[in-house]
Amino acid sequence: MVENNRWGNLFAHIVLILGVAIVVFPVYVAVIASTHPSGTFLRGVMPLLPGPNAIENYRTVIFEGRSRAGTPPIGGMLWNSFIMAMAITIGKLSISLLSAFAIVYFRFPFRIFFFWVIFLTLMLPVEVRIVPTFEVVANLGMLNSFAGLSIPLIASATATFLFRQFFMTVPEELMEAARVDGAGPMKFFKDILLPLSITNIAALFVIMFIYGWNQYLWPLLITTDPEYYTIVMGIQRMVTGGDSEPLWHLVMATVTLAALPPILVILFMQRLFVKGLTETEK
Amino acid sequence: MASIQMDNLHKVYAGGVQAVTGISLDIKDGEMIVLVGPSGCGKSTLLRMVAGLETISSGTLRIGDRVVNDLEPADRDIAMVFQNYALYPHMTVYNNLAYGLKNRKFPKDEIDRRVREAAIMLEIDKFLDRKPRQLSGGQRQRVAMGRALVREPAAFLFDEPLSNLDAKLRVQMRVEIKQLQRRLGTTSLYVTHDQLEALTLADRLVVLNGGVIEQVGTPMEVYNAPASLFVAGFIGSPAMNMLPLDYLKNSGAASGLPELPAGTDLIGIRPDELTLAAPASGGFSLSGRLMLLEPAGAESHLYVNLAGSDQPITVRVPGVPSMTEGQEVVMHVARDAVHPYNQQSGRRTGNLKPAKAAQAVS
Repeated sequence: MVENNRWGNLFAHIVLILGVAIVVFPVYVAVIASTHPSGTFLRGVMPLLPGPNAIENYRTVIFEGRSRAGTPPIGGMLWNSFIMAMAITIGKLSISLLSAFAIVYFRFPFRIFFFWVIFLTLMLPVEVRIVPTFEVVANLGMLNSFAGLSIPLIASATATFLFRQFFMTVPEELMEAARVDGAGPMKFFKDILLPLSITNIAALFVIMFIYGWNQYLWPLLITTDPEYYTIVMGIQRMVTGGDSEPLWHLVMATVTLAALPPILVILFMQRLFVKGLTETEK
Repeated sequence: MASIQMDNLHKVYAGGVQAVTGISLDIKDGEMIVLVGPSGCGKSTLLRMVAGLETISSGTLRIGDRVVNDLEPADRDIAMVFQNYALYPHMTVYNNLAYGLKNRKFPKDEIDRRVREAAIMLEIDKFLDRKPRQLSGGQRQRVAMGRALVREPAAFLFDEPLSNLDAKLRVQMRVEIKQLQRRLGTTSLYVTHDQLEALTLADRLVVLNGGVIEQVGTPMEVYNAPASLFVAGFIGSPAMNMLPLDYLKNSGAASGLPELPAGTDLIGIRPDELTLAAPASGGFSLSGRLMLLEPAGAESHLYVNLAGSDQPITVRVPGVPSMTEGQEVVMHVARDAVHPYNQQSGRRTGNLKPAKAAQAVS
């Protein structure tokens, strides 16, 4: 903005602060709720100040779980979620990097056709193909396993498409220079293409990790063994599990913990991100 | 170090476009050959065929004693300098230079020795730890050359390496490339569209047009006796004046035209071969009206309309002559400065000897 209007600035700040408040308030309530004893919520009044039970609540969800309602301690569920999210992220990244590499740098029959086939699958969300996918996974005996949790979610047209777009902007002379320098296709991929893609990889890593972490329907369908429960579906089990009132203070403590890893991933990756942005140049 | 032999090379792109048509050329060991021509003439395609980046549709290509038609670029023992340098942006200068050697499994100390040697030769030894983006255009150009140098290949291939530099740097790098090539004695193939670069760098010049060779020769051969109308128009700046013989005979603009080889119907005269003072002997003269006087420092360009023509011819004279625009001018041409051509075939019809007794034709 060229004009430096006092009231304009004030107005802009008020709008922004309101926006932030609307987004942050529910998170704040969740964190506050996780610090109160169980009885607080039965009165129907949401407390807005921290309660005395923070340590006890978190200790309960982390170490004891709610064995009566069939919910294990959340440590295991966090770990499961982490493994699933990492498997999905790494799987998606490696497969889409390789397929984009093939589509951009190799001439093979029906290349464009395959590209469009991949592109078309962008239009089919997991939910559309969830029944046939379940059938396949069940027949392969992958129910209640990490393979079953992650493999069906690994194929990613979005990432393939984004990497393809990026590879197209890498000057062709780099590939030719590498060829003259005696680098075969995979060496070129490893030594030149991957380092150049590092910012894109970091960005997609964040997006894919959160996508994997937030999977709800799929783990709910294919896991019946508490050993493979993931945290996001675990929250749901906590709410509905058992005959008693939902233990909101424990649910909220779980929610708070479940939100932490994605936040950490973003914070950590953001550093890589900025580093990549300032240090590489095409 | 090796010779390069091209035997009837053709390149046909999918879709039937002929980029290179029947090129045969022998490049001697240690020779610097410049391929020059307008854009789209096939010069880059030809270079890339030698490099192995384009397939050869037909014909044979030999580097040294080997037929390399089907070899990968890496196996042809060539190194290439690209127009946009194509440096690896994420690697330091050192690693950029070393990459090709590492891929070839050279021992570490040998790589280090060669990289440092090349860096010192190109005066980039202070930048070895930097990334390409921290370098200026000229320094990047040097790194690109260094990458070719460390390989100690049989041949260097240059693809318009100076076209991204500013004018001053271009001249400087041109001189350095020439010196370097002389010193190393490595066979080189250099592509450019800049005729000045071509004339100054080449041991032999290859003028390409439409995928075929128009002329091969030393720069002075090509400049003094362009073999075709195309070469005559392309090499030399300002461009050669082309005068149809019919017009000269009928308009009365010329007097004392010498006898021309059979088939000549067009003559070319370079702007600097038209003089205002009469030569000692021989030659003929042209007269016209000065339309524009363009001083360009050490020399001036005169644009003169010959009698009965409104297409000005260009005359290059040293200094600034004391003339006014609109005045009549008489220009003299030495007999042997006339380039006779046949318009139909586009070829040169012969050479005129600087004979003493100039015979008038009309």
